[in-house]
Amino acid sequence: MKLAYWMYAGPAHIGTLRVASSFKNVHAIMHAPLGDDYFNVMRSMLERERDFTAATASIVDRHVLARGSQERVVDNILRKDKEEYPDLIILTPTCTSSILQEDLQNFVNRASIISNSDVIFADVDHYQVNEIQAADRTLEQVVRYYLDRCHRQEKWDQFLTDAPSVNIIGIFTLGFHNQHDCRELRRLLRDLDIKINQIIPEGGSVEDLQNLPKAWFNLIPYREVGLMTAMSLNKEYGMPYISTAPMGAVDMAEWIRHIQKNVNTLALSSSSKRVDYEPYIDGQTRFVSQAAWFSRSIDCQNLTGKETVVFGDTTHAASITKILVREMGIRVSCAGTYCKHDAKWFKEQIQGFCDEILITDDHAEVGDMIARMKPSAIFGTQMERHIGKRLDIPCGVISAPVHIQNFPLGYRPFLGYEGTNQIADLVYNSFALGMEDHLLDIFGGHDTKEIISKSLSTNIGLIWNPESRLELSKIPRFAREKVERNTDKFARQKGIETITVEVMYAAKEALNT
Amino acid sequence: MSVKIDETLTVECETGNYHTFCPISCVSWLYQKIEDSFFLVVGTKTCGYFLQNALGVMIFAEPRYAMAELEEGDISAQLNDYEGLKKLCIRIRKDRDPSVIIWIGTCTTEIIKMDLEGMAPKLEWEIGIPILVARANGLDYAFTQGEDTVLAAMAHRCPEPEFSFRSRKETIQNFFTFHSRKKEELVEYANHPSLVLFGSLPSNVASQLNLELKRQSIKVSGWLPAQKYTDLPSLGDGVYVCGVNPFLSRTATTLIRREKCQLIGAPFPIGPDGTRAWIEKICPVFGIEPQGLEEREERIWESLKDYLDLVRGKSVFFMGDNLLEVSLARFLIRCGMIVHEIGIPYMDKRYQAAELSLLQDTCMKMCVPIPRIVEKPDNSNQIRRIRELQPDLAITGMAHANPLEARGISTKWSVEFTFAQIHGFANATDVLELVTRPLRRQKNLEDLGPTTLVRK
Repeated sequence: MKLAYWMYAGPAHIGTLRVASSFKNVHAIMHAPLGDDYFNVMRSMLERERDFTAATASIVDRHVLARGSQERVVDNILRKDKEEYPDLIILTPTCTSSILQEDLQNFVNRASIISNSDVIFADVDHYQVNEIQAADRTLEQVVRYYLDRCHRQEKWDQFLTDAPSVNIIGIFTLGFHNQHDCRELRRLLRDLDIKINQIIPEGGSVEDLQNLPKAWFNLIPYREVGLMTAMSLNKEYGMPYISTAPMGAVDMAEWIRHIQKNVNTLALSSSSKRVDYEPYIDGQTRFVSQAAWFSRSIDCQNLTGKETVVFGDTTHAASITKILVREMGIRVSCAGTYCKHDAKWFKEQIQGFCDEILITDDHAEVGDMIARMKPSAIFGTQMERHIGKRLDIPCGVISAPVHIQNFPLGYRPFLGYEGTNQIADLVYNSFALGMEDHLLDIFGGHDTKEIISKSLSTNIGLIWNPESRLELSKIPRFAREKVERNTDKFARQKGIETITVEVMYAAKEALNT
Repeated sequence: MSVKIDETLTVECETGNYHTFCPISCVSWLYQKIEDSFFLVVGTKTCGYFLQNALGVMIFAEPRYAMAELEEGDISAQLNDYEGLKKLCIRIRKDRDPSVIIWIGTCTTEIIKMDLEGMAPKLEWEIGIPILVARANGLDYAFTQGEDTVLAAMAHRCPEPEFSFRSRKETIQNFFTFHSRKKEELVEYANHPSLVLFGSLPSNVASQLNLELKRQSIKVSGWLPAQKYTDLPSLGDGVYVCGVNPFLSRTATTLIRREKCQLIGAPFPIGPDGTRAWIEKICPVFGIEPQGLEEREERIWESLKDYLDLVRGKSVFFMGDNLLEVSLARFLIRCGMIVHEIGIPYMDKRYQAAELSLLQDTCMKMCVPIPRIVEKPDNSNQIRRIRELQPDLAITGMAHANPLEARGISTKWSVEFTFAQIHGFANATDVLELVTRPLRRQKNLEDLGPTTLVRK
């Protein structure tokens, strides 16, 4: 048992649901009590999703606790099968229901006999893994299911595509800037003249999964989710994969060179020609992306040697650390991640780039570290943004956990060459705001607000009696001034000199007449 | 559609799959209401993540709430849960020093049969802070019923009327007050037995209701919950209680059975008609004639004219999740709207009897058919019904709001009604402001409908 105020990664079933609802025509059924289906709310509100989320709860209540689900789960599966005609139904428990230890696999087996759709039980241990690991596992499970079935039915099409093609694995719903990143990757691959075979799970169809091995290789933009699938495809079908995150100019170059190597290796055995992407890399880095130029411009000079702290998921935290140090000459005092299961890789990646490394999922530790380091800027998650507000340190958000702010309508990728521009902007703005405040402090420029409010308060002669003053103090601060002004106005109109609680309420009622 | 006045009120039960929030969400408003409390939710990552998203930015302000996160060792009973809780409570006492710690039991604690009620008194004795146990779990309850479980638990801690600390304080105060002041007090209120109101309302709304009753010479002895845990009202034989929220049936039952109070069954003070009916039900119990209520109500209806013009004749569909639906529907019918269906997770027909009867009367008065009431609705079936009925407004949870808007149905989040101030005469505007906002927006964007966004 531990005292927890905040968690960086959600519970396992959220990961499973994210993967399930990213596929087209896949329906998820949660075996859960009332209220555990807040995933639908998150998707609708954070991503402003226009469609009904394809996830329903098979409610666990007192009856289920006493007598077991009996027919309920199977009935719910068959009902969705009839109503929505999904290709696949995924049954997932939540923490609560996994304690019930009902044989959900059995329900799945029974339902599959009758239903037209495929039915899978998401095999994830809710007490061992978190949201990210569960998503990775579920994706792998779904991919493996369809590929194995294809094998069994001997519909296996052995041939690679004629022209170079790739699968992008790991773009899915509620991901941090995933949609924008995906668009950027599409553009990049088009530039490199590489076709996209499939993007999974976002918008992917499970019926097409059997064609995954037709691509030449797999791209895993975020190693947290998709790596398991890639490794499995590598093991079973010998598909190479690239799991470097194409974030930042240096890693972009490395990523493209990896792609070049893969394409050229396979080009030998196919009728494709060899490629040379060096001119492309050169052009993009020096001219299309403004980031490299920005790092050498005058205003960026001020950032040299400034200290920062970076924290987030492994992909973003590692990449941002390297960008700050390698490409902008900024110092990273401490870099960290909450993905404890991937700590080894993270440490290898940023060895030598920062002074300290922090692997923890306890936000209090992160807060303490930041307070100790006193950096000029923080690059972290929403939690770090609030730590920054508390300690008066500017912060740019670079990683999940997500917030409505992280689903901008405008185009804001973190990957690719456009991504380098966005990151440079983010870095600059985070520091610049801090410097602005600093300059305002030096030149005493904060006084405009006071003057305005002074001229508006003309409540001379009006007395608020102690009860009404107490009542006013109970009103939340953001509404207090408005209420005060309205009551003053009302009192003056009626020629009342002493404001009592009754006057306050009468003023409120009169607000609309 | 023929306007056949259906005289009977039927409540169906669909036992469907519907979305509502977990009852532990009550922590988000109760910790703010009870200023010296600390809420410890004993659950798993799922519960914690939900509250984190529900509290949103508030969680960064380090609210007086925390999760006791159960890990695998706790679930498989390898670790001693008493020791675990003790360690956490000692830390809470050191960091926050609350007057009361409220343990919120969740589905998980129900399933592993964690004996919270057994451990609490022992730990309370050890660490010296009162510990309440409220089992607000999704197996038994929905959304706002979480408040119900907390208040029911709190009712047990209310002092007896004779020995209450407060009444002693009052007698001492009276001893020192000047004669003139004392006379004023006697004149303000009639002599009547104690009246305690229950339900968590923002303090200014509570004050407004106190004031309304004061106008009728009725003194409210206290509220459950009070602004501070140390100010709990005295309850017991001879004390009258009245609820202000429709979802507090268990609290009502606890007050009647365990505390031996007398419950005044009234419609709920939501909307001017509801507030008037509420006061009109309370007054006769103390032998008082209510004064001036008709004029008050009329004046409020006058001031709402602009809003009423907007909503008159429009239809509403409640998908249902916060148990306020019947009262809100009754108010909107009185405003001139038509209600197709009221979905509601759970309805206690006895506790809401007065409200249901007022609903019937309102429907007859406004010459509209009585809406269909569906307990435990099935959301997919409701979506289908909405598609057929095409109401002007659907009041629904956040999971369905955006998708319905994308399909041309104006929606309003039901959760806003839980957090808005909707009680009393003065706050009728707030309710209508919420209800008309989607209608007003639609009017503003009228020229550019979804299919004609680009004018030729």
